[in-house]
Amino acid sequence: MRIVIRGGRLVDPANGVDRSGDLCIADGRIAGFDLADFPADHTIDATGRIVCPGLIDLRAHTREPGQEYKGTIASETRAAAAGGITTLCLPPDTAPVIDSPAVVDLVNRIADEKGRARLHVIGALTQGLQGEQITEMHALKEAGCIAMSNAKQPLANTLVLRRSLEYAASLGLPIVLHAEDPWLAAGGLIHEGMVSTRLGLPGIPACAETIAVGRDLLLVEQAGVRAHFGQLSTAASVELIAEAQARGIPVTADVAIHQLYLTELDVGHFNALCHVRPPLRMQRDLEALRAALADGVISAVCSDHAPHDADAKLAPFPATEPGISGLETLLPLTLRLVDEGVLPLSEAIGKLTTGPAKALGLDAGTLSVGAVADVCVFDPEACWTVDADRLQSRGKNTPFIGWEMKGRVTHTLLEGDLVYEG
Amino acid sequence: MGDKLQLDPQGRLRHFLTIEGLGRGVLTEILDNAEPFAGVGGQGVKKVPLLRGKTIANLFFESSTRTRTTFELAAKRLSADVLNINIATSASATKGESLLDMLRNLEAMHCDMFVVRHAESGAAHFIATHVAPHVSVINAGDGRHAHPTQAMLDMFTIRRHKGEFHNLRVAIVGDIMHSRVARSQIHALTTLGAAEVRVIGPKTLIPPAVGTLGVHVFHDMREGLRDVDVVIMLRLQRERMAGSLLPSAQEYFQLYGLTQKKLALADPNAIVMHPGPINRGVEIASEVADGPQSVILEQVSNGIAVRMAVMSMALGRQPGRTEEEA
Repeated sequence: MRIVIRGGRLVDPANGVDRSGDLCIADGRIAGFDLADFPADHTIDATGRIVCPGLIDLRAHTREPGQEYKGTIASETRAAAAGGITTLCLPPDTAPVIDSPAVVDLVNRIADEKGRARLHVIGALTQGLQGEQITEMHALKEAGCIAMSNAKQPLANTLVLRRSLEYAASLGLPIVLHAEDPWLAAGGLIHEGMVSTRLGLPGIPACAETIAVGRDLLLVEQAGVRAHFGQLSTAASVELIAEAQARGIPVTADVAIHQLYLTELDVGHFNALCHVRPPLRMQRDLEALRAALADGVISAVCSDHAPHDADAKLAPFPATEPGISGLETLLPLTLRLVDEGVLPLSEAIGKLTTGPAKALGLDAGTLSVGAVADVCVFDPEACWTVDADRLQSRGKNTPFIGWEMKGRVTHTLLEGDLVYEG
Repeated sequence: MGDKLQLDPQGRLRHFLTIEGLGRGVLTEILDNAEPFAGVGGQGVKKVPLLRGKTIANLFFESSTRTRTTFELAAKRLSADVLNINIATSASATKGESLLDMLRNLEAMHCDMFVVRHAESGAAHFIATHVAPHVSVINAGDGRHAHPTQAMLDMFTIRRHKGEFHNLRVAIVGDIMHSRVARSQIHALTTLGAAEVRVIGPKTLIPPAVGTLGVHVFHDMREGLRDVDVVIMLRLQRERMAGSLLPSAQEYFQLYGLTQKKLALADPNAIVMHPGPINRGVEIASEVADGPQSVILEQVSNGIAVRMAVMSMALGRQPGRTEEEA
């Protein structure tokens, strides 16, 4: 199969490319640009559109296995494709937990059969995510896990954390950390501040994250492991990461896209759609996270996609489940950062392609000749309104419903196959 | 946002969920409407026919004797039919029936008002957002969030003793962190224009951002009580005395318990209030609770009048219109 995507603006941050031209694809790989003699089986007209590498999302729940009533690998990878995302990283907090090769095989088999995006599995750092017994990381790596993480169940025991980081380092496995001090965060529902005081909701102080970032950084440095911090939410965490990077420690970090637009104030009067973990913080945190994105301390933006059934949000706030369905708004909200002057376009696309690829050492996120042809084509001027009924994801739980978005995906190619056409 | 839900398009009370967002006019109207009801309990026939034919369901997801009883009496004195449902111990809660399903069932029985007490902050807002349009919701306490009728009966009691609010210094003492009563009192006092609202307690029991509600924070009770006109003591739950919030009941009483000696620092005409039930010797000494400055039992009787006012307003019946309605 030979495809040519004609006349678009090619943006490939990995190669510093930003120019108009034709992208030629043959046998699932990038064949080259503007090839003169390239008889194509299929032509996509990309006039007025942007052609970039397929997007990479470092954290997205598919809910399968275990909670198929919230989402399946089929439904959520379909949503990913509709959002221009071709690679998803699945955290290990599924049911059962991804702590054995059998579960990795199960996920990969379903993904091969039904997936419309590539699914990368992140293995559990400890058995059952219980924080006590480290997993068979070599076996998990052999089964295909790209990294290890204890998901959003941070290790309380620093000795277990130290040893699991050292063990992962011995195997050359990167670690994904979600920094939260379990005691300071215990029982908390939203940011500890003005809104938690008003609403009488138990708070999660900013220091619950900052203390854990500080602790984890010290152990990461000692273990010499390649570490990535997922979903930072506070200005103080950003400072600690920046300082560690300046000292030459190989750490990277990402931010969930909703943290760049929403604050504790959006919880308003108990809006359960803004119940998310880590919680929405303050305006100054939001600004520090945006600044960290601009200066490169934060190298990736993820969706932290957490689809839910309607009932999960239909209860008094403390009884609702945290999480936002975010795959389909990841690209337009990232593009909005360009409009708001936070980032130039190529850097914004870099936060969704090269940034995440480098963070976990993934062979994706580029339009280099010979690379796998994962491609996203979008119309940067198309405006649309987020409407629950029109989301592909099974999870309609997004606080962005009713928001005007600019930028709409028209074609998504996965290894040269058209997996979405809008 | 809160007031949009609570007021109808004409600005009249529809639900009563929180004091926050309601204006001084509405709060004053509640206090004014409660005045004539304060006498009803002393009449030979303790009833007015304002809510005849209305059905009010008391939904108590958390057990309570005093609040439920005063709501029940208030409804009965307004001639409404009352349904008491204690869900904390009922079969529905244990069967895992969802909150919404239960509401739908009660709506199908043509209830006009739900009085809701729930252990989770935001429960009353949630219910008000999802009830049928003809049903009014009164928050009888949700988690740590709000207890607006308690705050209004406290304002009623203060006004009866002190007149206007603008000259008053009020101190709220104790466990602000976990108190829905304190949150509602703070909003009510600042909205009604009290000169100064102080909160007094150890840092472990005061939310860090409480200053954003417009209060002054004191950790030294002696300093905080100086020259105040009203002292409101909060109940300290027993479970707060375990763990890292407080070392012991003894030390708490020593630092923050109200004794006659500490009360002497306040204005000589200061009144002492407590939402009840009181823990003698924990937050308040018996000599103060039973002393001449205490208005604690008055608060209880006023509770019935204020709840009658709120219920009749939310169901569109003003006391002044008694004749036409009857």
